[in-house]
Amino acid sequence: MKKRYTLFWLIPLIVGISLIPVVTNSVIYRETVFLILMYITLAVSLNIILGYTGYVSFGHIVFYGIGGYTSFYLMYKWGIHLIIAMIIGGIVSALVALIVGEAVLKLRGAIFAIATIGINEAIKSLVTNLPFLGGATGMFFNFKIYKTYGGASKAIWFAYYLMVIVTIVTLIASYLIKNSKFGYGLFAIREDEDAATVLGVNTKRFKSIAYAVSAFFPGLVGAIFFFKAGNIEPEDAFHLVKSIEMIFMVMLGGFGTLSGPPIGALLYERLKGVLLVNPLFKNLHMAIAGFVLLIIILFAPGGIVGSLRNKFKKLRGLLE
Amino acid sequence: MKRGIFIWVILGFFFLSFGFTQVGFAKNKIIIGFTVSQTGKLNAESKEQFNGLSLWKSYVNKQGGIYVKELHKRLPVEFKYYDDESSKDRVQQLYVRLITQDHADFLISPYSSGLTASAAIIAEQYEKIMLAIGAASDSIFSKGYTHTFQIYTPASRYLTGALDLLKAQDPGAKKVAIIFEQSNFAKAVATAAKNYAEKHGFKLVLFESYAKGTTDFTSFLNKIAEKKPDAVIGGGHFSDGETFAKQLFEQKMRIKLVSLLVAPAVPKFAEIGKAALYVTAPSQWEPKAQFTQNTAKKLGLPWFGVSANWFVKNYSKLYGETPGYHAAGGFVAGLVIQKAIEDAGSLKSNKVKKALEAMDLMTFYGRIKFDKGKYYGRQLGHEMVYLQWQNKGGKLVKQVIWPKGAESAKFIYPYYKKFK
Amino acid sequence: MEGWLAAIINGILLGLVYGLAAIGLNLIWGVMNVINLSHGAFIALGMFCAYFLFHLAGINPFFAMILILIIGILLGMISYFIVLHRVLDAPELSTLLSTYSLSLIIIGLGTFIFTTNPRAIDIGLGSIKILGIYLPISKILTGLFSVLFTLLLYVFLYKTWTGKAIRAVSINRSAAEFMGVNSTFILSLSFGIGIGLAMVAGCLIAAIFPFTILSGAVYELKSFVICVLGGLGSPIGALIGGLILGLLENLFALKIPVGYIPFIEFVILVIILLVKPTGLITKR
Repeated sequence: MKKRYTLFWLIPLIVGISLIPVVTNSVIYRETVFLILMYITLAVSLNIILGYTGYVSFGHIVFYGIGGYTSFYLMYKWGIHLIIAMIIGGIVSALVALIVGEAVLKLRGAIFAIATIGINEAIKSLVTNLPFLGGATGMFFNFKIYKTYGGASKAIWFAYYLMVIVTIVTLIASYLIKNSKFGYGLFAIREDEDAATVLGVNTKRFKSIAYAVSAFFPGLVGAIFFFKAGNIEPEDAFHLVKSIEMIFMVMLGGFGTLSGPPIGALLYERLKGVLLVNPLFKNLHMAIAGFVLLIIILFAPGGIVGSLRNKFKKLRGLLE
Repeated sequence: MKRGIFIWVILGFFFLSFGFTQVGFAKNKIIIGFTVSQTGKLNAESKEQFNGLSLWKSYVNKQGGIYVKELHKRLPVEFKYYDDESSKDRVQQLYVRLITQDHADFLISPYSSGLTASAAIIAEQYEKIMLAIGAASDSIFSKGYTHTFQIYTPASRYLTGALDLLKAQDPGAKKVAIIFEQSNFAKAVATAAKNYAEKHGFKLVLFESYAKGTTDFTSFLNKIAEKKPDAVIGGGHFSDGETFAKQLFEQKMRIKLVSLLVAPAVPKFAEIGKAALYVTAPSQWEPKAQFTQNTAKKLGLPWFGVSANWFVKNYSKLYGETPGYHAAGGFVAGLVIQKAIEDAGSLKSNKVKKALEAMDLMTFYGRIKFDKGKYYGRQLGHEMVYLQWQNKGGKLVKQVIWPKGAESAKFIYPYYKKFK
Repeated sequence: MEGWLAAIINGILLGLVYGLAAIGLNLIWGVMNVINLSHGAFIALGMFCAYFLFHLAGINPFFAMILILIIGILLGMISYFIVLHRVLDAPELSTLLSTYSLSLIIIGLGTFIFTTNPRAIDIGLGSIKILGIYLPISKILTGLFSVLFTLLLYVFLYKTWTGKAIRAVSINRSAAEFMGVNSTFILSLSFGIGIGLAMVAGCLIAAIFPFTILSGAVYELKSFVICVLGGLGSPIGALIGGLILGLLENLFALKIPVGYIPFIEFVILVIILLVKPTGLITKR
């Protein structure tokens, strides 16, 4: 058994970053770290279907939206508590993934990718037309909903702590999957699905579970984010560009690795955060992101972690 | 060695990017913070608003700033703003930054209703006053926010004027088709128009939404034509509105009243040529709208700020184009803050809040008065004006045709007159 | 009755426009098995080229289109070497992402330079009345050019040496090379033609509808649906797919709320991908 130390530094790093706003009691850091944690969770979940299993989910943001809408609706209509609504949101996302996956996981490669885009757009269009979900207007919280949590300030901090927990849980889940028989099966599917089937891997079931798990966590994230934002609209919930950003983060960090997606997410969020408030670069951040992505695809497809693992073989135990 | 430096560089970049917190200074300026949609879909409208706001800043700073009685001096105005990418992700982060790091005294909302609602939570939490321009939705103002004040006429009173206009001109015209883009704002406006139409004896022959980004309305127009409406009202934003008007003209539809959101109010609308003729639109403000000191006197209201002529002249000089209502909204938001601070004599939120609650005045933009109670902060005093594109000396110009009293030309009816 | 007739005629006209928009994507997908995610960006680029040629040089889009085709082919060939050459044989994710990154760069720079202000070209050709329905002449012209380009492409692919070389490379690259074909050049040319057609489509669409730098995305999504409907690799396929889509949109619009149409389109996309991923009409 190889020695696996990645979580030993990854988890403390995440916890450390999460504590910065708490220790400094700075709301501004809290906002920044919240976004970082959100991106990390999204990237790590996507990695399960993209990096481990090799299925390019281009429309993965749909699960963020489904979780968000489910949870928001439960809170809006029936005043259900965030934690419960969030979990139900995640479960609904996972269920949708299971159902949709039944059909869609039969596809391979780029066709699967296009199909996932189709699913995201279809669900976005559907939600836009459903009056009970607010349609194009979306749903807006009444400010007094935050009273249940002790006021807006406490509510947002609560959402923050919840996000920290969700992020850590997602990372641990990702680690456990990677080092389990289930994970090995997923990697086998990624490398050569037909060979995996021949070797006795129940590829159909494994793919379905991987897809469902990779949908559960974005559902949680969506629930938390829209609770904090106070309103939900179809455009934001099913924003295709965010899906691409998730892929970018996974690729930047290193797909299929444990520490890659968190690093990719962290760097991407910081890069974006810095560029957006800089008067010179803010209009160019999209072009810069495109350029960086191109460089990665062309010259370092393994991402940062992948390249580091290749160059510094001794670090492999640390950089899973 | 190499790998060590590599890791330190990344970590260093990461931590440095958090930035340094600013040290506080003695109060020598008024900071107004906001986000602008510089990228993403809302870019064009947001920019015009920003221009209007900037013109106000230079206007007020030329006088040395705003006089704050409590501090016994005039303080110049400074802006702090960021790009929100028309996306909800960063809005709250940016407003927190504006408040806690940039020490904004007052806030202006982001451009859309959804973004404004998210920002409103932060404004409410920190008890900072936020003026909402761009956000016309009523929904934010029944959600319990007590620090957000709306400058625009809300969606509920947007298209109702078109129905009033129709009734006044042709009481027999009853059949109305309401069409709208699948967006927050358009849906709110259309729903309110629907309720108003049903309440006032109109017959709603069609009430349907179309997907964002629709460029071909031919089939939709066919559907509308089949219902034989007297009036077609609604729309969404500029692109779809312009295209709809163009294609409606191409199909030579015999409609009596065409009233579209946003698009016809923008000067660029003239580029579709004859298709623009006789199209009407609700507008928050038009250069030709006659709100003057006389109007104020007649209504017994105080007058504040510059005249419409001053605004149009100076805006055109600075930006090389005639201002539309987005620009006017931006400028007036500045005027409102200025008056509220002067009335309150202080920069403290609770005092300025009281000044805003009591405000009832006339500006070049129209009347400003805020709602209380259930819809706290909603704009109450301001009415939409209606414009119509008409021929003047061979050129297409916008004329104000409603309400009676603010008109610059007579309303030409019906729309299909131009097909003869 | 008149409603249905109008719907069918408009559906065909619109369908021809859609088909034109999809030809480029269809070609590249069929020849190289690459889904070009920069397709929409190049359509938008074509729109802007047409806009500036019209407003600055007074060149009508219907004439500018030749110039734009050439520009597009050149840009496409250069792009091939930048984004595709290295990763053509890598897993599909690589080409998806590399073409997507190209899209990000183009749209990012485009937004920076042009902003998202909507633009329009009004050539003022007016409309004519056919069968009691008013049809804009520019739309009819675009439809005609769509058919023309499809035919030209068909002739090119099946009757010229270069075209046959392209088809050979797409069927079996090593065999083609064995026969003396410079596959790299042919692949770059194919991509170039695909991009050129996308830009031409943008040019002609700009003559009919207003647009912004973000408008290409809508056509790209529709092009996916079209390619899947009509079949990959065949120029006629794009046209047929476009016609089906155009007719679907117009006929459905009569009976159901038009807001639901995108939903239906994407459901159709997913269903077809599930049932017959290579398209409803396959050539191979």
